[in-house]
Amino acid sequence: MGKPNDLVQGTLDLLILKTVSLGAMHGWAIAKRIQQVSGEVLQVQQGSLYPALHRLEQQGWIKAKCAESETGRQAKFYTLTAAGRGQLEKETTNWNRLSAAIDLIVTEA
Amino acid sequence: MRWLAQLRMRIQMLFQRGQAGARLDDELRFHLEQQIAENIAAGMSAEEARFAALRAFGNPTLLRDQARATWSWTWLELLLRDVQYGVRTLARTPGFAAIAILVMALCIGASTSLFTVVRSVLLRPLPFRDPERLVMVYERYRMNQFPIEYNAVSPGDYYDWREQTNGFEDMAAWEWWSQYNLSGEHADLPEAIHAGAGTANFFPLLGVQPALGRTFTEAEDHWGADTVMLTWSLFERRFGADPAILGKQIHLDAKPYTVVGVLPKGFTYPDAKVQLWVPYQSIVQPNYIHHHAYHQTRVVARMKAGVSLAEAIAQVSMVQHRLHVEYPNLAVCEGVTPRTLNDDLARDVKKPLILLMCAVACMLLIGCLNVANLLVARGAARQKEVAIRGALGAQRLKLIREQLTESLLICCAGGVAGVLLSLAATRWIAHAWKDLPSAAGVHVDGAVLVFACALVFVTALLAGLLPAISSTRKAVLATLRATSRTMGGGLSRTALRKGLLTVEIAVTVVLLIAAGLLLKNFLRLWTTDLGCATDHVLTMTYSLPKLKYDTPEKIIAFHESLLGRLAAIPGVQAVGLGETVPGTGEVENDIFTIPEHPPRKPGEEMLDALVRRADPGYFNALEIPLLSGRFFTRQDTSDHEHPDRGNKVIINQEFARRQFPGENPVGKHLQVPLWTDAKFEIAGVVGNTLHQVNAPVRPTMYFPALSGSNQDGTLVVRTASEPLMFSIPVQKQIAALDPELPVSNVLTMRQIIGESLGNVSLLATLVLAFAVLSLVLASVGLYGVLSYLMTQRTTELGIRIALGAQRAQVLQMVLLDGLRPALFGLGFGLVASMGASRLIRSMLYGTQPLDPAVFAAVAVTLLLVAAAACMVPAWRASRLDPMQALRTE
Repeated sequence: MGKPNDLVQGTLDLLILKTVSLGAMHGWAIAKRIQQVSGEVLQVQQGSLYPALHRLEQQGWIKAKCAESETGRQAKFYTLTAAGRGQLEKETTNWNRLSAAIDLIVTEA
Repeated sequence: MRWLAQLRMRIQMLFQRGQAGARLDDELRFHLEQQIAENIAAGMSAEEARFAALRAFGNPTLLRDQARATWSWTWLELLLRDVQYGVRTLARTPGFAAIAILVMALCIGASTSLFTVVRSVLLRPLPFRDPERLVMVYERYRMNQFPIEYNAVSPGDYYDWREQTNGFEDMAAWEWWSQYNLSGEHADLPEAIHAGAGTANFFPLLGVQPALGRTFTEAEDHWGADTVMLTWSLFERRFGADPAILGKQIHLDAKPYTVVGVLPKGFTYPDAKVQLWVPYQSIVQPNYIHHHAYHQTRVVARMKAGVSLAEAIAQVSMVQHRLHVEYPNLAVCEGVTPRTLNDDLARDVKKPLILLMCAVACMLLIGCLNVANLLVARGAARQKEVAIRGALGAQRLKLIREQLTESLLICCAGGVAGVLLSLAATRWIAHAWKDLPSAAGVHVDGAVLVFACALVFVTALLAGLLPAISSTRKAVLATLRATSRTMGGGLSRTALRKGLLTVEIAVTVVLLIAAGLLLKNFLRLWTTDLGCATDHVLTMTYSLPKLKYDTPEKIIAFHESLLGRLAAIPGVQAVGLGETVPGTGEVENDIFTIPEHPPRKPGEEMLDALVRRADPGYFNALEIPLLSGRFFTRQDTSDHEHPDRGNKVIINQEFARRQFPGENPVGKHLQVPLWTDAKFEIAGVVGNTLHQVNAPVRPTMYFPALSGSNQDGTLVVRTASEPLMFSIPVQKQIAALDPELPVSNVLTMRQIIGESLGNVSLLATLVLAFAVLSLVLASVGLYGVLSYLMTQRTTELGIRIALGAQRAQVLQMVLLDGLRPALFGLGFGLVASMGASRLIRSMLYGTQPLDPAVFAAVAVTLLLVAAAACMVPAWRASRLDPMQALRTE
């Protein structure tokens, strides 16, 4: 599969932050959700989620907590921190600006 | 709050790394399990579900590592892993590790110690205001038989300079005062104390604020002044650091002085022996204060902003030259030379220190080369491992880093041990090195530790980089293909080791030759014939206080009754009284004229001779032979005030040789213009003695000691047995005459020589120690290289022997192989030594820099040691059992 399909570098962070902002979620669920919501367009290599998750955690944008999953097994649930919320807003704005710009160029030309 | 979360995260990652790792594994496993469960629910078989899940997930191991890489402290983790790896490899060869660490400890320890000394002596700024703007100004005296570049200044010159020039901000004068007899107001213990005498502007010029009280005023600076300043150490030691001493009186030579101030703690200028200060003019007799040929004073000047040193000195030089022309018959110098204060203080130790620094650097280099050599050998043993890892994709940088870690570990351990070692060594050097200025300030501090750390890294890099690069450079395939049966495999590696070894041996040769020259120099000096008795001679000095012994009669009476009492002690063979004894340095010299000879033409050199004083028994006590004429008698005087009373002088053989060739000097006369116009009749000629062990004989004139004019005396007691046994009986006799009189410098003649050579022997010993250590290191290196070579060539040698090579041939072949780098090293070393020995020429008095005996001895020693180091592996090779050798893989 290689690189996630058309996933611009750094966008994965935005996707994760956005997904996690909806509520505590473990890694598998995050991967699943990104796939489903994007209508299976964004085929993230599931494993590549974890380095990103850990990086975000190191930077203090998300935090992890152990809790019982639906199947009754212990799992790591990620939630957005206050700082993460700010970061999400920033990255969303960025993304909007970027995509609008690209959109403009693509439609104009 | 984000930084708080980050900090918490960091701490967590630092201390709960293992836990976090387990959690990560668990997290990944959970993901896979979920995916598998989902796949199974979608109708796949268990096997299929697992593969599909893994496919969607990616490589779990790689992803795990990537996730871990995002954590903080990853570098630390990597470093720890390298260190662990290094420790484990080192622990597997404890012998190697111990040797390498010991080598580094010795080298780093020695370097650190020496750096400590150099720093405090040469580099540390003096505790004065803008010390770099302070210079000493000396007089330059070349119109003399014995030219002097840095001559002490005459008081008259100093006052003229200060008055007539404005190139310096200010100039101050000070003078050593050999000693005072310090006693309290009551009958406290008398104590002989060295003092300094400084002008009123001396302390302000240096920028020294007194810790208590004040410094001297202009008004106090006169003959008969009675104020004194204490140094902090005297204040603490003798007066219990009680500020109440200010304004109180202490007694110097039985005369009361008022304490006006206490100098701050760090003030130990010019050295720590000077314990108190008096006003300058209080020790310079009024008739000398404007004299231009009374060279006793030091002048320190502060440079003015915007005026260069050369300009300021040119001004002073001009004034001095005018004086020189004005007084053609006096020893008035013709110019001046400046020297920075730091250089002035370190003048005697700078060169030896630099020499030692070089020796230590050489040793450090050898140590590094040795460790590098050992590491190369280990690298060779691990060649395959490294090649395989390289083939499997290990980065070269990582492999180099790993090997560097190993050398870093060795150097760190060596550094720690070395610093501990240097703590002890530094104290010893500061104690053993007599001339070291500010010896008290020599101690290990932060800067020294930083230096040691830097040294550790430099040595680690030096020792580790070369082997690391060479062992990882190898083409992977070539290494893997080379089996132990291939002979040529290790050739380049061996060449590298031999190259290192050649350098090592060359440096060792240089060190050995320097040490040999210094040692020979010392031995020569130690066995120098002073020209007088040196066994069974006890000397001690005393100084009669002027206040109590105020007439010549009293002084003579004391000297005479003391000499009489001493002569009566059983076991005393002869006693004499002089001002000093041979081997103690110049002490006093002066210019003279001979009335019987034609007067000196202008521009001609002045005649100069050492001035000594002797009583009738002095020459007999020291066994200085009489060559013609007679010794002094009780009636001979040198009374300046009464020239008619038959003043006599005795000269030495050198004096007679230079001034009276082909003449009989006895009955001729001498005049010393500095003193009086009186003529001194030459009564006799005595044998030459050396005023200093490492200096040529100088013309000397002896004046009668029992003239009543001099208070200072050196007793010379020749005894039948061990002279030090007599020190108590002699001191008892002195105490019986005057219980308040302190005695100092109780020394045998042997001790005086030993003390004057103390630094020569210390230097020789230290350099020799470094050289011997280097030799040991080099021979260990040689042995190591050759042993390694042998194990590599075992098969080859086995085949040779099996094919009929004689054991003697094998022995010869291997021996020559090992001796080749030794021979090359020796050659390079000898050539380098020829250059290096010239640099230490000024420190060699007893030997030539190209002393053939030393060079030959070093060459032979090195070859013998090298042969011994090569012999063991060579012999082992010649005893190889061919069958066993061929079977060795």
